Amino acid sequence: MGRSADAALLSHHEIGHAGLVQSTPTLLSRGAAGSAASISLIGLTKSFRSSAGPVRAVRGVDIEIAAGETVALLGPNGAGKSTTIDMLLGLSKPDAGEVHVFGMTPSEAVAHGAIGAMLQTGAVLDNLSVRELIDMMGSLYPYPLGVDETLELAGITDIGDRRTNKLSGGQTQRVRFAVAMVSNPDLLVLDEPTVAMDVESRHKFWESMRVFTGRGKTVLFATHYLEEADANADRIILMARGEVVADGAATEIKAATGGRQIRGTLPGADRDVLLALPGVRGAELRGDAITLNCGDSDAAVRALLQSYPAIRDLEITGAALEDAFLQLTASNEGAQS
Amino acid sequence: MNATYTKYELLRLIRNKRAFIFSLIFPLALYLVIAGPNKGTIPNLAVKIDFRTFYMVSMAGYGAMIAALSAGARIAVERSTGWNRQLRLTPLPVAGYFRTKVTTSYAMALVSIALLFAAGLMYGVRISPFSRWIEMTGLMIVGILPFVAMGVLVGHLLTSDSMGPAIGGGSAFFGFLGGVWYPLPDHGALHIIGECIPSFWLTRASYVGIGAPSWELKGWLVIGAWSVAMAALAGWAYRRDTKRV
Repeated sequence: MGRSADAALLSHHEIGHAGLVQSTPTLLSRGAAGSAASISLIGLTKSFRSSAGPVRAVRGVDIEIAAGETVALLGPNGAGKSTTIDMLLGLSKPDAGEVHVFGMTPSEAVAHGAIGAMLQTGAVLDNLSVRELIDMMGSLYPYPLGVDETLELAGITDIGDRRTNKLSGGQTQRVRFAVAMVSNPDLLVLDEPTVAMDVESRHKFWESMRVFTGRGKTVLFATHYLEEADANADRIILMARGEVVADGAATEIKAATGGRQIRGTLPGADRDVLLALPGVRGAELRGDAITLNCGDSDAAVRALLQSYPAIRDLEITGAALEDAFLQLTASNEGAQS
Repeated sequence: MNATYTKYELLRLIRNKRAFIFSLIFPLALYLVIAGPNKGTIPNLAVKIDFRTFYMVSMAGYGAMIAALSAGARIAVERSTGWNRQLRLTPLPVAGYFRTKVTTSYAMALVSIALLFAAGLMYGVRISPFSRWIEMTGLMIVGILPFVAMGVLVGHLLTSDSMGPAIGGGSAFFGFLGGVWYPLPDHGALHIIGECIPSFWLTRASYVGIGAPSWELKGWLVIGAWSVAMAALAGWAYRRDTKRV
């Protein structure tokens, strides 16, 4: 425990230095709970060969997850989320570091049927009905849920008799979720579960998830939607460029990354005046177009309209997560050099 | 063996109509088209052998070989959809996975053999005594074992795009070296090479139906060695094959 708690504090220190996350108490209490961790990833690294030379996909990741936690692994594409999950599941071997799942190696945990997983890629096995597929998968596990219960939990009772190759993208995802759940696992791992789902399926999906986590299961899901992580996880682990760059309660991460952007058309604006507005953290001018990065967009927009009633084409958007990551990692590197 | 898993795999085999029919139809169609108009005995042979019988047993062995290899195509498709990675996250042991794949391969091969025999019977082929049918079929079942393992091997090595040429080329290669279409000379280099190739012994199994003797020890050894080697390679290919395809 000592080693990984140190590592967590170290990476936290760097983030604190960059002025983004202030969450020492949470981190300390989590470190203390580490002894009861159901999952621990210690110093994981993984590189791949590519035509452009070796790619260091994961560079020293330490994560501890306690039983019953619902944790989001949040990060842009290429952050190393899927690679980390592959190592957690034993689908790939880390170059260095250790993985413990309920005190076992990943392959032991898989052999005990302790892990249910919904991988990022993939269709489902064809030429079977949904019900048959779930029955088949359940038969491979020692303590499966019943087929009817699984279908109901995943919200797919109505398509139980449909062939798996005649499903929509969203339906396929929910069937894959059912495949992960039928094993009745202690740990459920979901890699970008809501990709290819429309808004309604997404909503239904998270509803089923909550029923499942209500049973005291441990859940780790990867996503690149901040809203999704915020709404469905107790804790968010932020990854960028193969490293954990922040780890804490959803609200903290949200505050660190979830700023909003105000855009508008305003001829003759003065950057310093804009920067002085309440709630504004950054300002950019391109011709007549202005872009403000805001911590408190409500205050900023009120002040903006008061100072500049002539402003046109106002637009307020959530800051893209990718931008937040770039900022975060860029400031980390800046702090180190 | 996991009975539920195997049951659904067999069900999938039958429901995949296009693949199911195509891998069965080729040897059957060859037989119907070529043996149909060619009644009588094979010319220029000291022994008198009925052509329709000869062609039936040859195509039965060849068809079983194609059916066994075609498992590779099914596995490659499963891999391309990422299903194999999903399966690895279940407690299904490697041996259990292989047992089911071997069972489905054999199911396919046996259907192929049965179809050829039925076509032969329809053309009036009779093999007597009946124990010859049994002996021939039994040896065929043993003789396709290396090809069953080979099917699983290529399924885990190649992508589904390259499966057509691989299975087509592979079955032609082994068909030729094994003397499926043309009997090999009974001495010389081609014969020596042929004797080391499992399809040679598969063909010899077929010829039991036209009065040839059963395998000598060499046949059992060659089939055994190829089966062990192919199974070991298939196991190796399965274990290394955990990447996202």
